[in-house]
Amino acid sequence: MNGARYTSTAISLHWLMAVLIIGAFCVGLYMADLPLSPMKLKIFSWHKWTGITIFLLVFFRIAWRAWHRPPPLPPAMPRWMQVAAHAGHAALYVLMIVLPISGWLMSSAKGFQTVYFGVLPIPDLLPKNKELGDSLLLVHQILAWTMATVVAGHAAAALKHHFVDRDDVLTRMSPRHSTLKEKTP
Amino acid sequence: MKRVVVALLLALASVAASAEEFTAVQVDKSSIAFVSRQMGVPVNGRFGKFSAQIRFDPAKPETGSVVVDIAVASIDAGSAEANDAVAGKDWFDAAAFPGARFATTAIRPLGGNRYEALGKLTIKGRTRDVAAPFTFASRGSVGNAEGTLVIKRADFGIGQGVWADFDTVANEVEIKFRLQAEASAAHK
Repeated sequence: MNGARYTSTAISLHWLMAVLIIGAFCVGLYMADLPLSPMKLKIFSWHKWTGITIFLLVFFRIAWRAWHRPPPLPPAMPRWMQVAAHAGHAALYVLMIVLPISGWLMSSAKGFQTVYFGVLPIPDLLPKNKELGDSLLLVHQILAWTMATVVAGHAAAALKHHFVDRDDVLTRMSPRHSTLKEKTP
Repeated sequence: MKRVVVALLLALASVAASAEEFTAVQVDKSSIAFVSRQMGVPVNGRFGKFSAQIRFDPAKPETGSVVVDIAVASIDAGSAEANDAVAGKDWFDAAAFPGARFATTAIRPLGGNRYEALGKLTIKGRTRDVAAPFTFASRGSVGNAEGTLVIKRADFGIGQGVWADFDTVANEVEIKFRLQAEASAAHK
């Protein structure tokens, strides 16, 4: 235990994005085969807006991380496990960037521009092209399932740290803990 | 004989007056497209099949007329699932109302190469008065009329039932037309 914690900004970003990513994934699964209805158009828009929000937040998060180094992993962790943890985090950051981009490109190729919150048009990077749109849908799905797998591994590892290793890897990212600790001194 | 001469003179006069009358529509070089808005997203669509009868002399626009007939079943609303839906009863009800028509009642000059076509637009059996401003440009014997008009889909009962409110699909639909016609040989 070294007692070092993530900053409260990093903790807020982490949990906000966790909610957005899990939400976008579940909504994406649900909406894929819906018959055409006004609700479907709404849900698709919400999903896209969530994706753009994640895409914007991740850059803020990376910048924040660059200026506020995360606390080091417990020194007791074997080397291979530390490497795996860093690789997993790197994969999550890459996915948080490329997954929204794949959706954005797919939407353009399918002939639907993305308009953030129905107000801010995001430029179409690709012209309408059905085959390309279908290929990008597949790419988007593969990336989404990859993300789901890495997120599941990330959560499982955090729980293992907490309940098996009994170290502070989970609690130093816990929002409740952070408020308690900040109020105490 | 006298009547023949008068008829000939009248014919000659009309030829002289409408030397630039554009009548032969080139459908393959014309288009009727539209932009609908879904959740604030502009979605491009078009009608693949239509025919048009035009008489238009830019020097004498008041004498002109335009009739456009559209096969509503030829709609491309932007996606396969939308195309499946829009022929149905809530949208165009293409089985009961296969044709949409625009017929001018008057064309008036707005100055320069700008004009306005006033007319009756009939979709899904409902007729509304519309005004379609357009520009006209000709090169040689080929003339192009291009314009836009905004209609309200609810005026024509397009998008009923669950689609009736405008939260997801906006009421306003922008129609963009481009009609290309040749000055007819008979009038040259």
